[in-house]
Amino acid sequence: MEAIETTVAAPPSEETILVDKARAGDIGAFESLVRRYDRNVFRIAQHITQNREDAEDVVQDAFLKAYQNLGQFQGQSKFYTWLVRITVNEALMRLRRRRPERMVSIDEDVKTEEDSIPREIADWSPNPEQQYTQAELKDLLGKTIQGLPPSFRTVFVLRDVEGLSTEETASALELSVPAVKSRLLRARLQLRERLNKYFKRRDGDSKP
Amino acid sequence: MKCSDFLKELTDYLDNTMDTKTKEELEEHLQWCHNCYVVCNTTKSTIEIYRDSRLYELPDELRTRIHSAIMTKCECHKNSVNPSAPATTDKVNDPAK
Repeated sequence: MEAIETTVAAPPSEETILVDKARAGDIGAFESLVRRYDRNVFRIAQHITQNREDAEDVVQDAFLKAYQNLGQFQGQSKFYTWLVRITVNEALMRLRRRRPERMVSIDEDVKTEEDSIPREIADWSPNPEQQYTQAELKDLLGKTIQGLPPSFRTVFVLRDVEGLSTEETASALELSVPAVKSRLLRARLQLRERLNKYFKRRDGDSKP
Repeated sequence: MKCSDFLKELTDYLDNTMDTKTKEELEEHLQWCHNCYVVCNTTKSTIEIYRDSRLYELPDELRTRIHSAIMTKCECHKNSVNPSAPATTDKVNDPAK
C-alpha cells in the first residue's frame, strides 16, 4: 500500500518554479525573472548610486551575478530578497568607487540622533505635490533624497518605495530589525524636514 | 507621554505595527500636541509622495537595451560552463558579499 501524504505542502509560487527552472539551465525562465524585477532593481540602484550610468551597470551586474550564483540560492528567503541583497551590495560598491574619499557602508555609524529631531514644524498645503509639474516634482524629490546618507536612502527605498517588510529589509541588508527601524525613522524625518521648504502651507493657501 | 517618546514610536505607528495600548497612548498624545500631529501627518505625506512619485522609472528603450545585455552575458556564462555541470554545482563565494 502506498504511504498517504498527511501534510499538505503549499504549492510552489510562480517565482519558485521559475527559479528552479533557471537553476536547471532554462535561460528563458531566468529571462522571465529579469522581466519581473528589472524595474525594481533599477529603481533601487538609482536611489543608492544617484547616477544613471552606475544604475544601468548595477542592474546588469546584479542579474548576471544572480544567474552565475543561482546554485548558492538556498530558497530560505524569497528570490527577490536575495536579488535585492546582491543589488544593494553592487550599488554600494559603485558608490565607493565614485567617492573613495567617503566611507560608504550600510553599517556606517551615522552621527547622532539629533540629525533627525524636527526643527521646522509647519503644516503642508493640501495635496502639496500638486503645486508642481510632474517633472518639477521628480526633480525636487530626487535632489532631496540625494542629500541623505546612502545607508538611510537604502533603507527608505527598500521599505517605503519598494514595500519590503522590515524583516525582509533587515535580511537583504544583513542588519538587525531595530537597526532598520532606527535608520528608517531617521530617513523619514530627514526627508520630511527637507521637503518642508517646498510643501509648507503659504499665506493664501486654502484650509483643508 | 513626551514628544520625544512619541517620535521614537512614530515609525511603528505609521506602519501600524504596535500593540493596541501603545497606539492608544500615541493617539491620546496626538489629540493635544499639535506639533507631533503636524510631524506625524507630514511624515506620512512624505512617504506617500515618494511611494507615488514613480521616481527613477526605467524607460522602455533603456529597459530593452539592458535586458538584451543581461541575456547576452548570461548566454555567454552558460556556454562557458560545462553543460554536464550546471550552475547549481558551482562553488563560488556568496555573491551578496
